[in-house]
Amino acid sequence: MAQFMSFTKTVLKNLISKPATTSYPEVPKEYPQRTRGHVEISIEDCILCGLCMRSCPPGAIHVDREAKKWSIARFDCIQCGYCVEKCPKKCLSIVPGYTKPDSSKHTETIKKEEALPK
Amino acid sequence: MANRSVVPFGPQHPVLPEPIHLDLVMEDETVIEAVPSIGYVHRGLESLVKKKDFNEMVYVTERICGICSFMHGMGYCSAVEKIMNVEVPRRADYLRTIWSEMSRLHSHLLWLGLLADAFGFEALFMQSWRLREKILDMFEISTGGRVIFSVNKIGGVLKDMPKDMLKSFVAILNDMEKELSETTSVFLNEYTVRSRLEGVGIITKEDAIRRGAVGPMMRASGIEVDMRKTGYAAYSDLDFEVITSDKCDSLARCQVRIGELFQSIAIIRQAVDKIPEGEISVPVKGNPDGECFMRLEQPRGEAFYYVRANGTKFLDRMRVRTPTFANIPAMLQTLQGAQFADVPLLILTIDPCISCTER
Ligand code: SF4
Ligand code: SF4
Repeated sequence: MAQFMSFTKTVLKNLISKPATTSYPEVPKEYPQRTRGHVEISIEDCILCGLCMRSCPPGAIHVDREAKKWSIARFDCIQCGYCVEKCPKKCLSIVPGYTKPDSSKHTETIKKEEALPK
Repeated sequence: MANRSVVPFGPQHPVLPEPIHLDLVMEDETVIEAVPSIGYVHRGLESLVKKKDFNEMVYVTERICGICSFMHGMGYCSAVEKIMNVEVPRRADYLRTIWSEMSRLHSHLLWLGLLADAFGFEALFMQSWRLREKILDMFEISTGGRVIFSVNKIGGVLKDMPKDMLKSFVAILNDMEKELSETTSVFLNEYTVRSRLEGVGIITKEDAIRRGAVGPMMRASGIEVDMRKTGYAAYSDLDFEVITSDKCDSLARCQVRIGELFQSIAIIRQAVDKIPEGEISVPVKGNPDGECFMRLEQPRGEAFYYVRANGTKFLDRMRVRTPTFANIPAMLQTLQGAQFADVPLLILTIDPCISCTER
């Protein structure tokens, strides 16, 4: 190969080809299906066993059996997916869509309405 | 004798976004000695084993490094699996191998980009990173993350790659190979690049052994050592040659890494051909008891994991010896007698990862 001008071919190709980048955020990014964005719960199936709370490495989940509440500190969650794997009812899932930036950390609480299954 | 002066390098330095500090003892423009200090980003991850149980530690070990995150998780899991006598399904071994090689690809491409940046070839840097982006996309498609993958677990892997996904990855890599050979030929042939790399930072075979170099640093000095040849995961089924060079300089290290890029693609191709059907994980019961160590070949060289467990869910001790840590003495050797302008480049040729080193 030539010792000189070996990059020229690449330069010319780049000149006439489309840019490799997109103008985010004007052109929104499409996430693949498996993207670990945030944890979602289908609360109807949850039995408030608290296994997710005990397994979460950063301690982002809190389960309150008495008050029938499941809460997650979105900014503490590291999207590892361990809770999803541990949940006996398979009611947790990780879906695309990152938590929006915020000026303070907040906790999202979801209340389970109906009575606990006996 | 000329006057000696000490020039501090780092911990904040434009060429290296990571904090390592070197005191360079200079005589005019020549480095006489380099005195390193590390420990700026020590996070104490190894002592976290007392607070996080051994399953949660998988996610902690992954976060040792942002480049070899997959392999850190895998090394830790393999060590615990060895203690617990867990036989990982063969398909999981293959999946781990494929992800490992993808990690090697993106790590070496990152390094090529940084190297180009260090000698001031911005366009080449962009070009390398553009190629790397495709690998990151493949990671996102298969694991759901671009940096931290969270697919390892003790007993196997969490996500499978279906046949058509594997096929599409091989197709992407086949396409990439052409672009890759165009880009890498600039590194190997271009006069301006060669003038910066050739004959710079020589470390002889004897020195490399004496200083305990690992990985591409060692292989570029003509020593044929590659932990993959010990046959962990699925490497025992795959056919590949250890890439070495006996030129011992910075260009040789560049050559070895470029050779490994193409080799990784070939290994992925083989693995996709041979991957068996079946389970991807086995259930693991009980707590580990005993101790073991595990060695594996990361992009930067050999990494070493030591785990000691006591039968409870908290481990006694976990230790990681990362390749950068092992390569620092060799790097200091290359700095002796180097020109000041070559210092950033020489530090880069070991492919330093300071976060790994400090854990
Ligand atoms: S582990 Fe599942 S079922 Fe149990 S509390 Fe958590 S979400 Fe509910
Ligand atoms: S994904 Fe991980 S960090 Fe997030 S809530 Fe689940 S266990 Fe906790």
